[in-house]
Amino acid sequence: MSVLTDATARSGENLRVTRSRRNVAWTGIGAIIVIVVLAAFPYYIASGTLGIMVQGLIVLTLASMWNLLAGYAGLVSVGQQAFFGLGAYFVLIPAMHGLSPFLALPIAAIAAGVAAFPLWWLISRLRTGYFAIATWVMASAIALLIEQIQSIGGGTGMPLPGLTGWDPAVLTAYTYWAGLAVAVLAMAAMYFLLRSRVGLVLTAIRDDERAARSSGVKVGLARLLVFVVAAAGCGAAGGVLAIDLLQVVPTTSGGVFSVQWTAIMAFAAIIGGLGTIEGPIVGTAVYMVLQQTLQSHNAWYLIILGLVAIGVALFARRGLWGLLDEKFNIRLFPVGYYLWAPGETRRWRWIGSWRAGDRAEADTSS
Amino acid sequence: MAWVNAVIQGILTGGLYALFACGLSLMFGVMKVVNLAHGDLATVAGYVGVGVIAATHMPFLWSVPVVVLIMAALGYVLQRSMIQAAITRGELITLIVTFGLSIVIENGLLQFFTANTRGIGGGSSLISASFSIGSQIQIAWLDVVIFGLAVVVLLGLQVFLSSSKYGRLIRAVADDREAAQLSGADYRHVFGIAAAVAFATVGLAGISYGMTTVIDPTTGTDTILLFAFAAVVIGGLGSLWGTLIGGIVLGVAQQIGAQINISYELLAGYIVFLAVLVVRPQGLTVRRSES
Repeated sequence: MSVLTDATARSGENLRVTRSRRNVAWTGIGAIIVIVVLAAFPYYIASGTLGIMVQGLIVLTLASMWNLLAGYAGLVSVGQQAFFGLGAYFVLIPAMHGLSPFLALPIAAIAAGVAAFPLWWLISRLRTGYFAIATWVMASAIALLIEQIQSIGGGTGMPLPGLTGWDPAVLTAYTYWAGLAVAVLAMAAMYFLLRSRVGLVLTAIRDDERAARSSGVKVGLARLLVFVVAAAGCGAAGGVLAIDLLQVVPTTSGGVFSVQWTAIMAFAAIIGGLGTIEGPIVGTAVYMVLQQTLQSHNAWYLIILGLVAIGVALFARRGLWGLLDEKFNIRLFPVGYYLWAPGETRRWRWIGSWRAGDRAEADTSS
Repeated sequence: MAWVNAVIQGILTGGLYALFACGLSLMFGVMKVVNLAHGDLATVAGYVGVGVIAATHMPFLWSVPVVVLIMAALGYVLQRSMIQAAITRGELITLIVTFGLSIVIENGLLQFFTANTRGIGGGSSLISASFSIGSQIQIAWLDVVIFGLAVVVLLGLQVFLSSSKYGRLIRAVADDREAAQLSGADYRHVFGIAAAVAFATVGLAGISYGMTTVIDPTTGTDTILLFAFAAVVIGGLGSLWGTLIGGIVLGVAQQIGAQINISYELLAGYIVFLAVLVVRPQGLTVRRSES
């Protein structure tokens, strides 16, 4: 705030505040073109490549949701596999009753979002590290509960009904479109959430929670909203995985409740850059390259991914996108504000942006 | 009689859980670090024990002090390097770094030691010895020894923190880092000592667990970290003896759950944990005003 008032005091009323330095319309048009091109992929690309892209879209959705939690709301959850797994099961259960798994995807998202309310009530009283482990316990408890229900496969899981008889190429194309729709919707939801009042509230909390609280900001409500949106996004992604694999396995070997899913989403988000919408896209690309190159070497890709994530967290905390942004000042999805000082065209400042928060935090913590 | 047996076994298991928990509690109390790699480090200790015994053919009990010393050294080094670097960058980075470490360790163990389970001291008469009370209750000596070990460790920690030179330094730094630094204490070194002590208990926890049952690469997160955390929350955050109470409550809940139906063992423990979180979030042993 002081930046703005100082500047106003110095220069009168010639200040202009916009969302971005460049015209956002171009990014909007660019985003639509990218989505259209991506949507046309099944007509040009081999089925095998498309299958890999489905995995990429799932990871992109998950990484974006984890970024929303940790990068914007400061909630480090290591139990997001709970919602991912619930999403998979909420595609399986309607499919067992005859509903098309594709139509069950919205149900999966809503169910995972609804499940987030009671769980939030349980764990929201814990802070930072204890919140993190509590989410982990919560995910374990949910997995144990689901494994008790024999009619949906118990501990071994079961194949997804309702898609037998589909031409494999057509099925892959539909799965890809479903994955793309989920990823685009998740990212759009995140973008508009952060541009709304909630985005401002989250900035305020991040900069100084106590000050925000005393100015009447509803801290708990904003966090709850983020937690629910992230749960719904992870749930939808879990539903896409169920359709992609045509089965739902709870915990054994890469099952939907495995903590490896949270590791993947967290590492992709961290490597790409927390606190930027673009970061998870970069992180997902890095993840996919590593995973595809090292997939014949068992667990090595997770080991390397983890080491890279630790390195990035320690030495480049704004991630790969942050490095790019520092150099070239690119914002594809501006959610902060840009202050135009009178007469200033080159020197500029962000206010209410995540960058300002980063600096303040870095200064006080050392 | 079966229920009495469940309660007795639960209490004894509680000692092991207190061993899991006290290192986690100590690191949080002193450095405000919630170490998400806590469980995996205990698993590493178990594997170090297996390796030391295989390499030197020493009697398995002798491996205990060796593992504890190795873990303490590892704790000091890890604290002074990676964890300290993370602490200066804030809570979020600390969580990310320890979570990364957890996943790297788990998958590293999986890569190098496969998913096969391993035990420590298997076949030894010391491990399998037990005594009976009446006809239905059979108690393993090992469980009694580990419970005793937990009590000794907690007592030792209390004495160490309250009356040794480093204990006083640790409490001073935990209370007010700046003030302690102004009085000439190098807080980084003190943090290193605290981490060494915490990791020594982690070493004991890992090797004890390896003796009572078997370890595999996923033991660290599936069992040790989550049980340790549940014991800490049930007992009360930041309370040393609370970890023993919490461990006992968790152990008894699990054994009673298993008595009802063997597949309810873990679930019963988590239900008690969640119930405490709802009804008494400050834990069973901490009064509200203190928390």
